[in-house]
Amino acid sequence: MRKIMLALLVSVLAIGLSGCGERPPVYYKQGKYQGKPDTQPWDNEQFKGDRVAWENAVKARAQNENDYNRAN
Amino acid sequence: MARMKFLCDAERCIACNGCVTACKNENEVPWGVNRRRVVTIDQGIIGEKSISVACMHCSDAPCMAVCPVDCFYKTEEGIVLHDKDLCIGCGYCFYACPFGAPQFPQDGAFGLRGKMDKCTYCAGGPEQNFSETEFKKYGRNRIAEGKLPACAEMCSTKALLAGDADVISDIYRTRVTKRGKGSEIWGWGTAYGKPEKAAAQPGGK
Repeated sequence: MRKIMLALLVSVLAIGLSGCGERPPVYYKQGKYQGKPDTQPWDNEQFKGDRVAWENAVKARAQNENDYNRAN
Repeated sequence: MARMKFLCDAERCIACNGCVTACKNENEVPWGVNRRRVVTIDQGIIGEKSISVACMHCSDAPCMAVCPVDCFYKTEEGIVLHDKDLCIGCGYCFYACPFGAPQFPQDGAFGLRGKMDKCTYCAGGPEQNFSETEFKKYGRNRIAEGKLPACAEMCSTKALLAGDADVISDIYRTRVTKRGKGSEIWGWGTAYGKPEKAAAQPGGK
């Protein structure tokens, strides 16, 4: 009887103490894109995978927005 | 690495809505969906300011953070795009976006909540470049043609700039330092030139 009471006491203590434990908090984690892969803008017939050529084309295009190059 | 951004110069924007029209036309955006719109502050008061707003392709995009199905991705050039096949149209991105960029189809008697649609920076989406599927779902892919978004290229006053952040910052910086301040920015002087310039032109007095 005494052994049973002791075992019961130990188990109650163990269960009770487990409630005092601290679980690691769940932080929001940025999800990973689940959709289809996209092709790079330079992977086409025009640029033939040449990233530098694409970047130069876009940069040159952006200079068309600079009207101080065209006037004044 | 390029970081594609938009920059709208409020001193130059005349609220002509050319950017809105260019976007609608280029991408054949359905009725009720406005990927880009012009917002005017202090309308009717002298000194009113207009600005063209669309998806700003945020570096730390809140739409990406809240999407429950993770349908957003960021390209190597910093363009925020999404997969319409994965989108469930929950609208979380709409609530999270500070610019009101995510749009939902609004036609129909009770309003629809279909797949989200937003500015793609004229970069299409996760489909084969230049394919018909890509065009139908996301619109034109001008970026893969080495061009910039139609809205910015169409802008008559060049208020809306698009391109690599470093490049357009340089353009804007040059503009700000050269144009001066006050009435030099807007008004008679800007529209018709300064007196010495007018006299130099043929027929000028």
